[in-house]
Parts: sequence; structure tokens; C-alpha cells
Amino acid sequence: MADLKMNLAGIRSPNPFWLASAPPTNSGYQVQRAFEAGWGGAVWKTLGDPILNVSSRFAAFHYNGQRVAGFNNIELITDRPLEENLKEIYETKNLFPNHAVVVSIMVEPKQEKWHEIVKRVEDVGVDGLELNFGCPHGMAERGMGSASGQVPELLEKQTYWVKEVAQTPVIVKLTPNITDINAIAEAAAHGGADAISLINTINSLIGVDLDTWNTIPHVGGKGAHGGYCGPAVKPIALNMVAECARDERVGIPISGIGGISNWKDAAEFMLMGATGVQVCTAVMHHGFSIVEDMIDGLSNYLDRKGIASVTDIIGKSVPKYSDWGNLDLNYKVVARINKDVCINCNKCYIACEDTSHQCIEMLEGSGGNKYLEVREEDCVGCNLCSIVCPEEGAISMVELENEHKSMTWNERQAVMETFRK
Amino acid sequence: MGYSKSMNISLDDLDQNFQEVQLGLTSIEALEEANRCLYCYDAPCITACPTSIDIPKFIKKIASENLLGSAKTIMDANPIGASCARVCPTSELCEGACVLNHSTKPIMIGLLQRFATDWAIKNEQYLFEAGIKKDKNIAIVGAGPAGLSAARELARMGYRVTMFEAEENAGGLNKYGIVSFRLPQRISDWEVEQVKKLGVEIRTDTRVGVDIQVNEVLETFDSVLLSIGMSHVPELGIEGEDLNGVYDAIEFVKGTKSGSLPKTMKGKKVVVIGAGNTAIDGATCSVRLGAENVKILYRRSMDEMTAYDFEYEFAKQDGVEFRWLTTPQRIIGNENGNVCGIECLRMELGEPEHDGRRKPQPIQDSTFILEVDAVIKAIGQSRYIELIDDFGLDHHDGVVKINTDSFLTSNPKVFACGDVIFAKGQGEAMVVTAAQQGKEVAYAIHQQFTREIVEAESNK
Ligand SMILES: Cc1cc2nc3c(=O)[nH]c(=O)nc-3n(C[C@H](O)[C@H](O)[C@H](O)COP(=O)(O)OP(=O)(O)OC[C@H]3O[C@@H](n4cnc5c(N)ncnc54)[C@H](O)[C@@H]3O)c2cc1C
Ligand SMILES: Cc1cc2nc3c(=O)[nH]c(=O)nc-3n(C[C@H](O)[C@H](O)[C@H](O)COP(=O)(O)O)c2cc1C
Ligand code: SF4
Repeated sequence: MADLKMNLAGIRSPNPFWLASAPPTNSGYQVQRAFEAGWGGAVWKTLGDPILNVSSRFAAFHYNGQRVAGFNNIELITDRPLEENLKEIYETKNLFPNHAVVVSIMVEPKQEKWHEIVKRVEDVGVDGLELNFGCPHGMAERGMGSASGQVPELLEKQTYWVKEVAQTPVIVKLTPNITDINAIAEAAAHGGADAISLINTINSLIGVDLDTWNTIPHVGGKGAHGGYCGPAVKPIALNMVAECARDERVGIPISGIGGISNWKDAAEFMLMGATGVQVCTAVMHHGFSIVEDMIDGLSNYLDRKGIASVTDIIGKSVPKYSDWGNLDLNYKVVARINKDVCINCNKCYIACEDTSHQCIEMLEGSGGNKYLEVREEDCVGCNLCSIVCPEEGAISMVELENEHKSMTWNERQAVMETFRK
Repeated sequence: MGYSKSMNISLDDLDQNFQEVQLGLTSIEALEEANRCLYCYDAPCITACPTSIDIPKFIKKIASENLLGSAKTIMDANPIGASCARVCPTSELCEGACVLNHSTKPIMIGLLQRFATDWAIKNEQYLFEAGIKKDKNIAIVGAGPAGLSAARELARMGYRVTMFEAEENAGGLNKYGIVSFRLPQRISDWEVEQVKKLGVEIRTDTRVGVDIQVNEVLETFDSVLLSIGMSHVPELGIEGEDLNGVYDAIEFVKGTKSGSLPKTMKGKKVVVIGAGNTAIDGATCSVRLGAENVKILYRRSMDEMTAYDFEYEFAKQDGVEFRWLTTPQRIIGNENGNVCGIECLRMELGEPEHDGRRKPQPIQDSTFILEVDAVIKAIGQSRYIELIDDFGLDHHDGVVKINTDSFLTSNPKVFACGDVIFAKGQGEAMVVTAAQQGKEVAYAIHQQFTREIVEAESNK
């Protein structure tokens, strides 16, 4: 069986699956249950100065009968006293010395505030700290969370303050509510962060009740934007992780978060540069036990691939991720429809006809049988038809042999430049 | 469980009639269905499965495309889990308990279980490893579901296991009893392979009491498990039973699972006597062997029939006719000693008997004759009383008596499980029950040895 042990900037855990800082890590009772279920680490629910929460906090986006495609919350950081949390963190670490106990913290942007909380938390014995610069609601209105996380200088300075006193590795958790994730990740690295974790939640409003015109969720008839997470955010998170992973100026390990629900999602994040992953929504939907299949599935996958250690897959897809300007303009794929498999729903036809390049033909055979065929010379290889196709194997995108040798946009521009000279 | 895709029966290509009726799920169907599962906590389907397979867990693994993990989850809890995926009365068990019955349709647990185990079979997976060898030798007599299940668990705990099997191949009724169009033989063969791979020796073509004496078995091994199932169909006790064309349903079905299919039923008029699972298998086999007309005669009414509803539906789809409240009086032969008719009596239901079912009573002067060419007897199974006596075990009409906690018989060295201990009102004769009992016996045997060791230590 493959070795699943991992080491994120010096924080070790028996497997790469951690619980993200959120309700599942709210107490010692919960974190200990999670470790018993198999989770390798947990980032404690963010500690800081006392807050008040509202009731009616969560809402979800259900998509065509599948529940919780996306999840939204307006919860703040922990609402339990710091002393209680610290006592439970101490107990938990003692009970589970080999698991990663990381504590998320957030305070006002003041040096002495950061110093104080770092010392108090490290005093109970933790494996690392995570700085929450991501919370997009409530705390942000008070200058914390994403309010700090959206300004590179603020984030860098506060990271620096933490590093002045921290003895354990410091992970900086990033907000996705920003135009350029690299700018903020680089600031974290500059500030001395040992690792970054991303993403926190994305500003969102789940919906509006068509009868009452209230927002969903609402608190006594009023709503405020929340933070979005769950399966729907995975592509956004995966891109952000990948962008940071291929940015040399970031250059520190990454803990991947956002919509991870099973071992496959986790493996994708790791291939795209994450050293380990954190999960919140999926456990809120199904409970801690889902980690069993995450471990089993990942380990079976590695065995099948003949890979001895999970660390061997970290970042393996990063070199395959680049800028648009580096893509080969002469690479060509076209759609091909397998008549024997096609069920004639014609969805590909109308998709191409109305919204793409009008290159699927509706034809009739000699026996009056209808069939679809792609005019390959006009097909631009956009994939749309194969995306809307409901039948496995009916449409395949086939690679054509390059007529011309590979040429990227950047190479093309460079050649044009030499002509101009 | 449903037979949604019942095929047309061919009179030319009988082999085709014996291909599996129910199609498996496609990958897309399996994925959709797996994602429909709620992944309940403390799920009722787990409780409803006699082997307590962690059903939400194996389904979640199908959803995450961890098919190896899924198959392992199933087979870990149920060493006969691939066969069970096909033959369990799921609507009475796991699927019957699914919480979605209340709001929509239950999850197709059986078909998902089949999807995962089919993957393992197709990819020639060996799922488990033998435990560190222990110095105890255990004999298992009878390599049906019960024996195989026990062998698998014992081998995983490190015991040295030798199985004795009278037939040419192991598998019991899964191999020779349950019709191929519900359970292809290769499924059972794969389960047997899984057991062999753990180092279990299976001596086939070896009937205990004939090819090897009972004493020898008792003397050579530290512990013995009797899992011989039940024997042939008993006599009807009416005239004409030894005519040509009178069959024992179990032998008859076995004939369709041993090499090429018999041609004897083509164009024949057949009656099957009894209305349990075996009767249905006998009747549908006859149809598929080309019989012109097949009737099931049952002395009680439809309400008392022991076959499951889905089996009844399946038989009707195959064109089997049911004659309720009809009891055979005499089988009539022609000058060549072949069956040519059966004399029957109509019945009516009287007062409830001790088992709650109403007692059938003959209606006076209601005799009539059916013209038939073959009679298949399917009125239950008799017991291997002689062998049980040779082992010197207490029994009740051939049902071996056991301690229900430990499966220990009256001989402290001999355990028994499976159909050999099945009796009316005590458990159900099902593959899944046999599999569960096999597991439990393995743990009981282990416990007995562990206790011996502990006692020996404390006496030192
Ligand atoms: C026709 C038919 C259809 C059925 N359909 C279903 C179904 O759809 N679903 C379901 O759950 N159950 C079904 N059953 C019931 C199920 O098959 C049995 O409950 C189950 O097989 C019992 O397992 P077992 O291991 O106890 O016995 P068996 O399967 O009978 O195995 C006993 C084994 O012991 C061997 N043996 C016997 N005597 C000796 C000896 N002296 N020495 C060595 N070996 C010996 C036999 O050859 C046999 O291989 C059906 C039964 C029949 C007869
Ligand atoms: C209800 C809720 C509360 C959360 N609270 C915190 C928090 O206190 N600190 C924090 O860093 N992230 C918090 N998060 C964000 C999660 O840690 C995580 O980054 C996000 O949910 C994305 O992961 P997911 O898609 O697996 O849920 C919270 C998320 C949810 C749903
Ligand atoms: S999950 Fe339901 S019961 Fe539990 S706190 Fe939330 S609203 Fe209350």
C-alpha cells in the first residue's frame, strides 16, 4: 500500500486529508472524532477576539436534484471562549500526537494583537498556525479577514508580525475575492509565510425567495452576502492553486482547499501543486466518515499507478499549466460521432448550430434512419458537442495529426517581430 | 430486484435462453444511481443485510470510482457477495429498508453490488490475504456458500483449512442449484478462487462418508464444520413416481448446469409440483429448455406460496401457468413406462395450522386428469440423515441441533451452519444467511481455540 504520509512546511500528518477551519473543527470533541475517523489533520476553527453570531447562517445551492452543489455561510469565527478552545487543543494534541493540529487565528491588524495570540496558541502545543485572511463577511467589515487579505501590503505586514514571534510553521490562508491571486500569494511569501492555503469562501448570495422576496438565507428579513464553497467552487480553487504553484515568486508549499469531496478531487489538487488538502463542505454534508474512501481511493489509485508515496504526485501537472500564449496554435482536435452509440437526442446538433460553428449535419440514411455527422473541415474543436452529449462514447474528440509544426502565439509574435525589424 | 429485460425464449438456441436475464448497469447508470444514494448515517439497509455490508460505503466508493475499494467493502462483509448481488431477494432485504422507499424509488443496491463485484471479477482481482499461519487444522465438509464463507474467514485469521466437496466443483447450490440465467457459474467460480487463493485446500469429488470416512475426518482435524446443505427432493408418496419423466427439481436444474443442455423437454407438457423458489427455477428452466407448456401445481393458494413476488412475476413472464389449490394424486404412465398424465384433486382452505397458514383440504369428487409428459417434484429438500448420524450429532428430523450462539453441535468438536441447520421457522434458506452463518462459525471456532489457549496458559 502506498505511503500517504505528508509534510507541509514541516507540519507532518499521517495522510494529506485535513479538515479546514470551519464548524467541523469547532471543538475538541469534534476534532477527536474526526481523527478517530481517519482525518490526518485539522485546522481549528478560527480563534480571535469574542464575536457574536446570527441565527440562520447557512444556505445551499441544489442543482437539478443534486443537493449541495454549492454552500454558503454567514458565520463568523469561533464563538467559544479562547481559554476553552486552548484547553481542548492541548487535550487533542496530547491524545493524537501524530496528527496535525493547526490553529487558525485572526485578530485586528495590530502587531501586539498578533503577537499575543500567537504566543497564547503556541503555548498549548500546536503543530502550526493558519492566518485567516479570507473570511469575506462580518470580520471583513471590521478590517479583518478578507479586508486584510485583499490588500497585499496589509497581508504581508501582518504575516511578518506573526513570523516575528511564531515558533511553528505559519500558513497564510488566502481569499479568492481578489483580482490577482498571485499578487496576494507573493505578498504572503514576502512576509515570511511558510506555506499558503487557499481558497477561503467566495462572496455569494444563494437566492431570493420568490414569495417573500427575502434573501436566502435571511436573518429576520434581512440578508448579507455570505461565503461560497462546496463542489461548485472547485474549478476556481483549482486554478488559483495552480497559478500559485507555477509562480516562482510564491515558491512555498500549498495547502489546497475548495470543493474537495473525494480522493479524486484531492489527487487533482495535489497534481496541481498542493502538498495536502483541506475539506469543509463535504464533511458538513456527509460526516467525518467520508475520509475512509478518500484514503482508500487515493491509496488504490497510487498502487494502480505503481507510485510508492503520495508525495510523488505533488505538482506533477504544474509544468503542463501555462499561459494561453504558450499553447500550440497548430494543435487540432475534431469531434467525431459514433453512430452506433448515438441516441439521437440532437443536443450536439443544436448546440453547434445555434451557438458554435454550424458543422454538425443531420442526415438520413437510405433506410430513412436519421444520423448526425461532423463536417470535420469546419469543426474548430471547441468540445461543446461532447460536453452536452449525454451518452458515454457517442462523441469523441480526436486528435488530428499536426499539418504544421507546433507554433504558439508567443512564438508567432516573436517571428512577426523579427520581420518588422 | 426486477427482471426488466426478460428476453424472448428461443426454441432453436437453448444456450441463449440460459444467458443471464438481468443486464448489469452501465457505468453511467451505476454512477447516477450511486450518486442518488443519500449516504445515510446508521443506515437501515446495513441492518437489513444479514451480512451487514456497509452499503452506503460501498456505494460511495462507486460514486468516487474507487471500484476496488467498493468490491472489497462488499466482499469483506460477505464472502459470497458477488452471488448475493444476483440472488438475494433484495426487495425483502436491503432495498426494502431503503429510506427512499418513502419518497421515491429505493436505491438499486443489488445491481450496484453487482456492478462493483463484476468489476473485480473482470479485472481478476484477489481481494484478501491469508493471516499469519496458526497451528490448527480445520475440516469443512461441503463447499457451498456456508462452507466457503467460513473457510474464507478462517484462512484470513491464519487457520489451515481443508474442504471436502462431493461434487466435481465447489460452490454448492450457487454452482449447481440456482439457474444459470439468474446466476452464471463463473460468479461462483470466482468466489471459490478467492478462497483458494488464501491457501484453502478444496478436495473436490470427495464425499465424506464414502470417499473418506467420518472417523478419519474427526480424528485428523482439530475442528470440523458440517456445511453439507440439504439433499434431494423427497418422495411425493404417490403412485407412479418412478416412471420415466419424473424429475427431482434440484437434479433437473443441476442437469442444466453440467455441460451441454438436455434436449429432453423440447415440445413437452410439464407440471411442477410445489410453489417455492425451487419450483419456480424448475418451471422456468423447463420453459427455457423448450417445453411447450409448463404448469405449477400447488395445493394451497397464491397467498401461501413461499416463492417471492418477483419470482412469481418472472415465472409468469416466462409463460408459466399456475394451478392453485391443486394436489397430485397419481402419476399415470403409458405402456413404455413414460409419464403421460397426472391425476389431481382440487383443494379448499380450512382452518389455520400451527404455522398460521390455512390447511388445504380436498374437495370431494373433484378429481381430474392433466395430460403431461413430465413431472418435476419441487416440494422441498430432504436431509443427509445418514451422514449426520455417522457424525453422531443430535438432530431433529435431519436438522442438526446447534447452540444458536456458537453453532456448536452436540459434539464439541463439530460445528454446523447453512442449510443443514435450516428448519421451518428457524432462519431462511438463503445464500446470504448461509454466508453470514459461515462468518459467525469462523469466529466461534476462533473463539473456542482462543479460550483453550487462555485456559492452558492460566493452568500453567
Ligand atoms: C433451486 C434453488 C434455488 C435457490 N435460489 C435461491 C435464491 O435465489 N436466493 C437465495 O438466497 N437462495 C436460494 N436458494 C437457497 C440457497 O441456495 C441455499 O440456502 C444455500 O446454497 C445454502 O448454502 P449451504 O452452503 O448451506 O448449502 P449448499 O449450497 O447446498 O452446499 C452444500 C455443499 O455440500 C456438499 N456436500 C453435501 N454432502 C457432502 C458430503 N457428504 N461430503 C462432501 N460434500 C458434501 C454439496 O455437494 C454442496 O456443494 C435456492 C436453492 C435452490 C435449491
Ligand atoms: C460554515 C463555514 C464556516 C467557515 N468558517 C471559517 C473560519 O472560521 N475560518 C476559515 O479560515 N475558514 C472558514 N470557512 C472556510 C473553509 O475553511 C473553507 O476554506 C471553504 O469552505 C472551502 O472549502 P470547501 O469547499 O471544502 O468547503 C468556513 C466555511 C464554512 C462553510
Ligand atoms: S444542524 Fe439543525 S439541529 Fe443542528 S444546530 Fe443546525 S439547525 Fe440546529
